[in-house]
Amino acid sequence: MVDTLGKQVSSPEGNLTILDGVSFTVARGESVAIVGASGSGKSTLLGLMAGLDVPSSGDVSIAGQALGELDEDGRAALRADRVGFVFQSFHLLPALTALENVMLPLELAEAANPRQRAEKVLEEVGLGERTGHYPNQLSGGEQQRVAIARAFATEPEILFADEPTGSLDTRTGDTIIDLLFDLNRSRGTTLVLVTHDDRLADRCDRVLSLDAGRLETAA
Amino acid sequence: MNTLLLALRQLRREWRSGELAVLIAALVVAVAALSSVGFFTDRVRTLVEQRAGESLAADLVVSSRNEIPEEYAALAMDNGLDVARTLTFPSVVRTDERSQLAEIRAATAKYPLRGKLRVSDEAYGAVRQVDGLPPNGEAWVEPRLLGALGIRVGDTVSVGRKTFTVTQVLDYVPDQGFSFAEIAPMLLVPRGALEGSGLLGPASRVNHRLLMSGNQDAVATVKSTLEDRLESGQRLLDIRDGRPEMARAVERADRFLNLAALVAVLLAGIAIAMAARRYAERETDTVAIMKCLGSSRRGVLLAYLAQLLILAVGAGALGLAIGYGAQEVLVYLLRDWVGQDLPAAGPDSAPMSLALGLIILAGFGMPPVLALSRTAPIRVLRRDLGGAPVSSRVIYFVAILSVAALLIVQTGDLELSGYVLGATAGGAVLLAAGAAALIFGLGRLRSGVGVAWRFGVASIVRRGRNSIIQVVAFGLGLLVLLLLAVVRTDLLESWQAMLPEKAPNHFLINIQPDQTDGVKQFFTDNGLEEPQLQGMVRARLTHIDGTSLEEIDFEPEGMSRRFAEREQNLSWGSELAGTNSIVAGEWYSEEDHGKPLVSLEEEAAERLGVGLGAKLTYNIAGEELVATVDNIRHIDWDSFQPNFFMKFPPGVMEVYPATYITSLYLPDEKAPLLLDLVQEYPSVTVIDLDAIIAQVRDVMDQAALAVEYVFLFTLVAGVLVLLAAVQASRDERRFESAMLRTLGASKRTVFAGVTAEFFLLGLLSSLLAVIGSAGAGWALATQVFELEFRPSMELWLIGLVLGTLWVGATGVLATRKVVKQPPLMTLRK
Repeated sequence: MVDTLGKQVSSPEGNLTILDGVSFTVARGESVAIVGASGSGKSTLLGLMAGLDVPSSGDVSIAGQALGELDEDGRAALRADRVGFVFQSFHLLPALTALENVMLPLELAEAANPRQRAEKVLEEVGLGERTGHYPNQLSGGEQQRVAIARAFATEPEILFADEPTGSLDTRTGDTIIDLLFDLNRSRGTTLVLVTHDDRLADRCDRVLSLDAGRLETAA
Repeated sequence: MNTLLLALRQLRREWRSGELAVLIAALVVAVAALSSVGFFTDRVRTLVEQRAGESLAADLVVSSRNEIPEEYAALAMDNGLDVARTLTFPSVVRTDERSQLAEIRAATAKYPLRGKLRVSDEAYGAVRQVDGLPPNGEAWVEPRLLGALGIRVGDTVSVGRKTFTVTQVLDYVPDQGFSFAEIAPMLLVPRGALEGSGLLGPASRVNHRLLMSGNQDAVATVKSTLEDRLESGQRLLDIRDGRPEMARAVERADRFLNLAALVAVLLAGIAIAMAARRYAERETDTVAIMKCLGSSRRGVLLAYLAQLLILAVGAGALGLAIGYGAQEVLVYLLRDWVGQDLPAAGPDSAPMSLALGLIILAGFGMPPVLALSRTAPIRVLRRDLGGAPVSSRVIYFVAILSVAALLIVQTGDLELSGYVLGATAGGAVLLAAGAAALIFGLGRLRSGVGVAWRFGVASIVRRGRNSIIQVVAFGLGLLVLLLLAVVRTDLLESWQAMLPEKAPNHFLINIQPDQTDGVKQFFTDNGLEEPQLQGMVRARLTHIDGTSLEEIDFEPEGMSRRFAEREQNLSWGSELAGTNSIVAGEWYSEEDHGKPLVSLEEEAAERLGVGLGAKLTYNIAGEELVATVDNIRHIDWDSFQPNFFMKFPPGVMEVYPATYITSLYLPDEKAPLLLDLVQEYPSVTVIDLDAIIAQVRDVMDQAALAVEYVFLFTLVAGVLVLLAAVQASRDERRFESAMLRTLGASKRTVFAGVTAEFFLLGLLSSLLAVIGSAGAGWALATQVFELEFRPSMELWLIGLVLGTLWVGATGVLATRKVVKQPPLMTLRK
């Protein structure tokens, strides 16, 4: 649940309001797209929802837990347990193989059998044969599939995706969208994504439109 | 011009982005470390040489039996040198009741030019340093002269037709003689005081000396000019011609300081290599774009070479300034130890440091940057294509080549360079192999421990190749530092072993055959050990293999001829002294006793240009003796035992008139006994070695201290290499920790992971460094310095613990900010 969320930052021209009184609730298992022009505050909203940053006013709660009540490490622990991420530029750790990248959140959450579980998820995203490859040996679509496998490996309750198709061609993007929603459905994961991609937004249960830090549509 | 502009523009951009700071810092640090060591060692080296120079009381001396021409002194003064003159001659000193042969020394103002006279108010009383000489009418004397004459301070003595009041007791004279020729106790007066004494007639055996000291370059100039002008009977002495053990001390100090400086050079190279690699990696995309926009390979090459050159000059200058400041601050901080009068830093090492900085940059930094020009433009489309990583083999080859060049330039010593290079290359290979094995082993330790530990280990294992490079870099730094400590400890311990607490501190010479029993008795009566007396016979060498000395071409002419023509002391004995070892032939067996055989010291054999079987003809008290060279010995001159260049088997020398010599240890409280001995045996001369030993120790301490200071510099350089390594991985770490935090790791977990990583890296590095330094230390000690190798468990343990803590703590401190990276960065990238 997002409750009257606001975010100001100081800039040379004085205080700049990036988000202004944004409120909405996302139901368990729901998929929500946040759309808007560049600079409308989409990524800031995503960052606040995931507890990567702290709001100037208002609060976010995930599964009944108010993020404002947690310190930084508390929020990190919450992410380890309940949250998954997919980024526009994949953000795989270059020094690690595909398998090791997927194992990472499992190890952080101290999950049992991280290797076996990581291998299983990689197989689900169709990369069972490429587990030993490093990110720079994989195409963009393959890298994003590893990133999705990494996001779903811990079976998070909620998955945040930041322009997941932004760096991919249309066809690869479609494959990734399919994969994302298949996993979303099969695991009942709540999906919150920021996108410019209308095809992606259309697949979501709900679209939230941001304009200059204010929520326009909460359909 | 275009290239230069482009290079400047790129540099400016890079400078603004702050990314170039790593490379610049590495280069500045490299040159700073190098030049601070250079400046500092330059100064300390000069100091050590000056202290060793005390053995002549000057930097340069002309010695002659005749008056030394005024023009020599004028030449020295024209070159800005300080000048003093001494006259030394044996003469009888009388009181109303007694007389004693003494060494009279008359000196002009400013004497001694190097070192200070030390005196006391009574024999063996409290000692103080003095400037200046006794005033006219007064004399300062050595304590044994007081004993021999039965007088005290305040009494008067006569020398020739002059009378002097004894006002001080001489404790230390820098150029106190140290040969086994007759040394009578000294009486020191001002130069003018001898006018009218009637002692300076034509027949007198006066040794005239012109003492000169000052700026090293001027000394060198005067030396080379005088070398050409010397007339027969005049000798030119500098500290290397002085006492052999002093010359050796300087030589060793010089080697150690060079070795220490080279450690800084190596560490600097590693820092440069890391920074240059990162620079090249970062520039690959830029080059791809430049090429895409039509830049030629040559254009790219020139642009980057120009950038490197600008960097080298700019950072080099900054490094020099910092290096100069660093050594000045250090000298200031350590003024109590190095003294107030550390000579000023010469400019000599500045261009050298800059040049060496360039060589390091070229050797370690150039290969990856040069490879940049091979970047393919396709990279603008596919970042995974078109990079031109330079082969590691090329990097290592060029780096090793440049290090070899540096070593040889710096030490001027091929053998030493060979060992250091071998140790370094061997060390690097050993470290890499060891690191690979340990890292492979670490992988198995990942499971079953805490999450932070697992991350630390995983971080090392997963970056296998990078970890090996880091372990090699850290380990190599530690290795050379440890190696230095190993060798330094070894040197000091070996010296202490050579100069034990009970090292002989007195020589008794001129003991007549009929006094030997009495002298032995004297010591046993006083509860001391019976001294071992060694006989010696005066002789002159006249022919070698039947050819008279005049007809022989000696090599080198001056020094070797002097050696051949001087009066020799021939000794004999059936046992090979413990401080001697045979290098050719065999020591005398019983069958050799009574045969005219001679054992030569190796340097003597070299000077005379003879080997085994050569026939040496001696004139002994008017009689001729032909002896065959039977064996050649190496003598450990640092032992303070009586040693002889020429030694015969028993049964040959006994027929000639001989005197006896011995060395013995006398505790301080027993020193006054010597007065009684001299009273009882007036012809016996006692040489007090305490002062001379103290001087040798002093020089050794100075040298060891200098090495330790330099060691501190290299320690700092080592820390900076580590910082460069952390700097080079900063982006990766920043991204990684943001990623880890995003994925739910707590700050503590990230921090603990980094801690585990660096402490483990430190442990691996120091473990391998300890093993490597032990091997290299052994080779250096036994092969180069000819010292016994003493493995130091304590040092290794300290190295292991401190190395681990050092790498761990520095790594953690350096990455502290990076691990605090807010997770939001992952969305902003």
